[in-house]
Amino acid sequence: MNAPQSFNSDTWTVAGRTFTSRLVVGTGKYKSFEENAAAVEASGAEIVTVALRRVNISDPNQPKLTDFIDPKKVTYLPNTAGCFNAEDAIRTLRLAREAGGWNLVKLEVLGEAKTLYPDMRETLRATETLVKEGFEPMVYCVDDPIAAKQLEEVGAVAIMPLGAPIGSGLGIQNRVTIRLIVEGANVPVLVDAGVGTASDAAVAMELGCDGVLMNTAIAEAKDPVLMARAMKAAVEAGRLSYLAGRMQKRRYADPSSPLAGLI
Amino acid sequence: MSLDGSLSIRVNGDHRRVPGGTSVAEMVNLLGLDPLRVAVERNLEVIPRSTLEQVCVEDGDDYEIVHFVGGG
Repeated sequence: MNAPQSFNSDTWTVAGRTFTSRLVVGTGKYKSFEENAAAVEASGAEIVTVALRRVNISDPNQPKLTDFIDPKKVTYLPNTAGCFNAEDAIRTLRLAREAGGWNLVKLEVLGEAKTLYPDMRETLRATETLVKEGFEPMVYCVDDPIAAKQLEEVGAVAIMPLGAPIGSGLGIQNRVTIRLIVEGANVPVLVDAGVGTASDAAVAMELGCDGVLMNTAIAEAKDPVLMARAMKAAVEAGRLSYLAGRMQKRRYADPSSPLAGLI
Repeated sequence: MSLDGSLSIRVNGDHRRVPGGTSVAEMVNLLGLDPLRVAVERNLEVIPRSTLEQVCVEDGDDYEIVHFVGGG
């Protein structure tokens, strides 16, 4: 059994960095920076994804994300969301590395706006280039165990298959393929996209994923801070359930009370 | 270069003028930004933060100045 003695000692490691929280949260779509910061706090997340965009040079004194979420306390994971080819993604991450000063990044090369499905040909190409340049890319990908292997071969430090389209909140639609990816991977696997509510996060963790990444499920909840708390609990519950090892399913009932000694 | 020696550049798609001899770090400061909190790309090449003081702005340069914002 590889179950840890206490839940506190159950950590995971990506590219040499060790984390306790298995919940990674996005920082998009919030009503305000204050709400965003409160949700991150409530989620217990140690990693947040961020985007890289032009500064507003006509109003340089606008409040900034870094004023509310301290990059010294929470690991910023720059993401290439919005990039539709390898070149744009690589260009974005080169700038992100300069803005942040670290190599751990999230690569996401999208194929089309309607589904926001990853373009795996471009994603693989970008991963290869980024690894050659010293980046440590965590890679958003399709739920294809072969593609996951190929990403790992070219140096992805984490595999992040979608559970359903980005922002859809449809839940984990592909339990079989997520499980196959988990079983075959030698790097952390995180479900990235598709989670809509807390039970979805628990499902991802019960499949053996190392973590879950979500944004919209928290940001678009009626009460994002409360949902962040719910997600924290769900990820922990799902992880513990995975470690505990669920009971076998039966086709019919099996009484919990002894049959012997019935009056 | 114009008659007054100022340089014509583009920053994040907008046209700007800066005095001749301005370093990239000075240009960023002139825009009201903190060079330690942004990343600068000049003509599609990232300028390492450690060299922002040394690199001089040249007429016709095209800059992208970016920072982290909320995102998924």
